[in-house]
Amino acid sequence: MSGDTPQRVRVVLADIARPPRTAATRAELTEQTHVGDALVRGLVRAQLALALRLAAVVVIGLGGLPLLFAVAPAVAKARPFGISLPWLLLGALAYPFLFVVGWAYVRLASRAERDFTDLVERP
Amino acid sequence: MTNAYAVPAIVAVTLVTVVIGAYGLRLARSTSDFLVASREVSPSWNAAAISGEYLSAASFLGVAGLILKYGADVLWYPVGFAAGYLALLLFVAAPLRRSGAFTLPDFCQLRLGAPWLRKLATAFVIFIGWLYLVPQLQGAGLTLRSVTGAHYSLGVLIVAGVVTGNVALGGMRSITYVQAFQYWLKLTALAVPVMFLLAHWQRQDRPAIPSPVTWLLPLHGEEHGLFATYSLILATFLGTMGLPHVLVRFYTNPDGAAARRTTLVVLGLVGLFYLFPTFYGVLGRLYTPHLVASGETDTVVLALPGAAIGGLTGEVLGALVAAGAFAAFLSTSSGLLTAVAGVLSTDVLGRGSVRSFRWSAVVAGAVPAVLALRVDALDVSQVVGLAFAVAASSFCPLLVLGIWWRGLTDLGAAAGIVVGGGSAVGAVLVTVVGPPLTGWTATLVEQPAAWTVPLAFTVMVTVSIMSRRRVPAAIGSIMLRLHAPDALRADATTPR
Repeated sequence: MSGDTPQRVRVVLADIARPPRTAATRAELTEQTHVGDALVRGLVRAQLALALRLAAVVVIGLGGLPLLFAVAPAVAKARPFGISLPWLLLGALAYPFLFVVGWAYVRLASRAERDFTDLVERP
Repeated sequence: MTNAYAVPAIVAVTLVTVVIGAYGLRLARSTSDFLVASREVSPSWNAAAISGEYLSAASFLGVAGLILKYGADVLWYPVGFAAGYLALLLFVAAPLRRSGAFTLPDFCQLRLGAPWLRKLATAFVIFIGWLYLVPQLQGAGLTLRSVTGAHYSLGVLIVAGVVTGNVALGGMRSITYVQAFQYWLKLTALAVPVMFLLAHWQRQDRPAIPSPVTWLLPLHGEEHGLFATYSLILATFLGTMGLPHVLVRFYTNPDGAAARRTTLVVLGLVGLFYLFPTFYGVLGRLYTPHLVASGETDTVVLALPGAAIGGLTGEVLGALVAAGAFAAFLSTSSGLLTAVAGVLSTDVLGRGSVRSFRWSAVVAGAVPAVLALRVDALDVSQVVGLAFAVAASSFCPLLVLGIWWRGLTDLGAAAGIVVGGGSAVGAVLVTVVGPPLTGWTATLVEQPAAWTVPLAFTVMVTVSIMSRRRVPAAIGSIMLRLHAPDALRADATTPR
């Protein structure tokens, strides 16, 4: 290939995994019929509920710590394994905790999207 | 303190940055190459690059310095810096990628259909970007002064010059590789000395760490500690998603699902990195107590290897840390500069051509360099914290409500950004240039997020409900575009 005549490349937003089987449902989505609109609203609501549930896990599990240390100062003075508890929790354990919550979200969100795709593409 | 190995190490890091940049330059041909690396960046490179870009002077030097100075309360800084990526993953990552927005102003236009809103968003992107760039350049000046005794302005000018040249000539393609490399360099430069320091401490039969109760236990130091802690948590958890250089990166993922996977890897990489600064802060109590007395705690990471271990090993490790610190300044500044230059070239100075991008990069780099030369008394970590507070009070509500709530209107978004973000900007300006404050006023102004973030959300929702008729007519198809699974995208969305 010479430098000044680059080969033409077809650009698509995403690859189509398989040929569309159910054009009707897809058309309902894009044309914003009542059915399509309800489908999208349901998906958005489900994904938001999932995100909020996992955010609540972090808000309680991590966000509750300052309050806990404030109302029960004795907890902050505990020294499991010879390390001050706040240091152990915030300095080390917080990071794997955040990662596990994120990992759970990616799994659950992908599953919700797969279910939605199956619903739309069901013959 | 001067270190004979530090200068060669810093020069090596800078050269490698320039060389990898030049390699990228050879590959960058079109505007699209320039701006988003043609979306051909693989997820592992991309995640390392995002992490490399994110871990700034505040993370590399500032966190350890804060822990040395204040103790348990500031452990929330690194936790919040990492948790910000979880908030981004849960609420923003996939829909934002699917929206096709490259910058925050793009998102305003796509979601709200209001070209005039671009200007407001652009102003905030530039403010946050510069607010974040100044402490990076300052950190460079302080580091070079600390390890070589060179003049403060030299470090500022070196980093500003290298970064501006690299961004102007290579664009994002080159900085993707530069930043992926710099993540691993930063991790190595921080982790390896920790191993040596711990071994050294072990050999000395684990001398006790001097730990006064105000340092060891949370909520024993500052006034209004609980409020300040929650304010810090809000700012860092929610601010990450609104940082302009973080957002730009998401466009380099091929689709929404890839954006989610990349964000998860970033969360892991960033969390791994933040395990290490705490060791410097804690061991610093033992080996470099003079830094607490003199207030120069920001240099603990640089000083600790020499002070604790000493000799040749100490100097080599000190040089490694200095190189890592330079990698931090170079990579974060590159990302910020690309983001600021991107909005400058599309919304202020030109129409997004390669030529206007280059000129914008020069302008975007020159302004913070001049600011950094003039103010060297600012506290590095505090300014970065304030940038998070501004982002959390302006772009976080815009993104979260824009993605999940159909009712958001252009008027509501503008009002929320002006009132919430504006209050945060005011608090920043008072903190940086205003008179010293005391009591509750000081807490409210120095840690503003706890009131500015709820304020921004409230105003945005209220004004949107009042201007309900301005909801875009195409809101249904916009929501479809943001949320439809990638497998349905090819024909479910209208091509741009």
